[in-house]
Amino acid sequence: MKTRFSVYPYVWRVPLLIWQGLFFIGPLALMVAMSFWLVKNYRMEPDFVFKNWDKMMSRGYFWDAYWITLWRASLAALLATLIAFPASYTLAFKVSDTVRRWAVFFLIVPFFTSYLVRAYAWQVLLAESGPINAILGYLGLGPFTMLNTGIGAMVGYMTLVLPLVVILQTFSLAAIDRNLIEAAWNLGASARATLFKVIIPSARVGLIIGAVFAFILSYGDFVSPFYLGGSKPPTMSILIIDTTKSGQQWPRAAVVAIMMIVTLFTVAFVAVGAAYGRRK
Amino acid sequence: MKKQTSVLTRRGFITGVAGAALSTPMLSRAWAAEPTVINMLAWYGHAEPDIVGEFEAANNVKFVPKYYAGGDNMLALIAQSPPGTYDLILSDAEFVQQLNAAGYIEQMDASLYPFDDFFPEYQNFPGHWVDDDLWSVMVRYGLLGVSYNTEALTREEAMSYNCFWNEKVKGKVGHFDWHLPNLGQMSLLMGNDKPSPFDISEDAWGAVQEKTMSLKPQVGGYFDYGGTFSSLKNGEMLAMCGIGDWITGVLEKDGAPVASVIPEEGGVQWTESYSIGKGTTKHEIINKFIQYMLSPEGQVKSIQMAAYPGLSPTKSGWKAIQEANPTEAARSGMVVGSDQDPIKMYQEGRVHIRDIPRQQSLEDWNDFWSEYKTA
Repeated sequence: MKTRFSVYPYVWRVPLLIWQGLFFIGPLALMVAMSFWLVKNYRMEPDFVFKNWDKMMSRGYFWDAYWITLWRASLAALLATLIAFPASYTLAFKVSDTVRRWAVFFLIVPFFTSYLVRAYAWQVLLAESGPINAILGYLGLGPFTMLNTGIGAMVGYMTLVLPLVVILQTFSLAAIDRNLIEAAWNLGASARATLFKVIIPSARVGLIIGAVFAFILSYGDFVSPFYLGGSKPPTMSILIIDTTKSGQQWPRAAVVAIMMIVTLFTVAFVAVGAAYGRRK
Repeated sequence: MKKQTSVLTRRGFITGVAGAALSTPMLSRAWAAEPTVINMLAWYGHAEPDIVGEFEAANNVKFVPKYYAGGDNMLALIAQSPPGTYDLILSDAEFVQQLNAAGYIEQMDASLYPFDDFFPEYQNFPGHWVDDDLWSVMVRYGLLGVSYNTEALTREEAMSYNCFWNEKVKGKVGHFDWHLPNLGQMSLLMGNDKPSPFDISEDAWGAVQEKTMSLKPQVGGYFDYGGTFSSLKNGEMLAMCGIGDWITGVLEKDGAPVASVIPEEGGVQWTESYSIGKGTTKHEIINKFIQYMLSPEGQVKSIQMAAYPGLSPTKSGWKAIQEANPTEAARSGMVVGSDQDPIKMYQEGRVHIRDIPRQQSLEDWNDFWSEYKTA
């Protein structure tokens, strides 16, 4: 049968294409071009040289920052997934719809306040003279150094990503067909087997997407490693700031940014492949 | 002919008064001209009411500040703006030569400023004069040394940069995150005081790097302006490298147990200077403002600036602060006989003007700083 050509569906795609072109493809292309430019007298001049790439790729501190950022973001994604799961499971299976709706509302509330303000609040809480160490002191523990350490940075990452991961996991778990779980029980599966062979595989997409969001947000975050981790060691986002601060080297900062984008794309593609790929 | 009488009726009176009242804002607006806008490029605090408020009111001007964070940032902002964007530029002294070389500032008339009132050490500030031509006027300065928590270290211990390696501050030494002051101080510790901690040979530069790396186990973090404040205030950092009284002076006023000293090895001086932006048309009022800031009244404001305190390069400024606020004068060493007297330390060769590296590139120093941070 011959289908009639219609422009209608194409018209609806145009806004998306314009949006992507203006706010993603265009800036990305400019950034790639900029990475080949030169800075003369604190002013960028269009050029096509590989000096910035040579410079950054040959520096040990660039790779140190790269690997520490990758490691911390991976750890943050893993921790957020593990910490969020019991809460999400409870919200999905153990509480009423009303309670779940209120819980989701309260998970959204933290986003009403600035992340930077929340990081500053953690500075007070995590300080050696802060309330957490004071409570631990009553129990005869501590004081522990948490601020300006990797632990401080990780607390910041969790502040940023945990509510989002819980929401994504909750929606994913709540959408599982209850008949599958009941079938597993009827067939004699233990709680553990039901969890690992039915629930987690069924919620796979949501769990992976949650972890990917946690990775992406932590990977590019500047606030936590700077204000709670004490820039010790610097992450890629801090390296961008350092690079632009000294000598206005925006082209070198573009190199760092492109490496970050390439890494994020790779991780996202692998994760999406794992989420939507065919089950064995 | 009918005689015309001018009897003021009640209605006429009310109408007249109402008309006058309604037209008054128009009259006063026409009478008081719009204020002259002075676009100022400066570090934060220089165009705040505590500094410019009285001058604005007295001269019908309005300062519109563009604040920057660091000399590189300042140069970039000027480079990206059309000529005449900034009428007045406050810069760190080490960047004046670059401003001049790039043609961003105008030559100034030295006869307009009270150079006779300057301490002799600051009358011919390096880089501000090219032969006999003046390009910038110093307005304030400060010293960078050892900043410390007075409950953790004694003043005697803080009188050497070696205190950063003290076990008592292990893991609690912070860095202000800018390579120049930190590495300048390390250079002083290594004895590079002649001609300057920033003018050192390759061998000396290697030794500075090695010594700096040995500090790494002591380091608790690298901080910006706000982070430096909070980490010293809440006791997270007990000693801070790369800063001075411009940070601890503010915290001291809040009652924090912190102080800054210039150690035996010497200190680094930051200097802020006014330049006239190329292309401005407001020379008269700008010169009047610079004269105001160099007057005793302006210097007292500058010394006590709310954002960060500074020192005065003029003799009358010292006298004025001693009269206006003797406690602040004593605290900042601006009294004869103080062991932190900046002029005495300058004469003794213990204070060195912050500079860009002379025998290495700025990029070399910056690269090492990045390596140090990730080590």
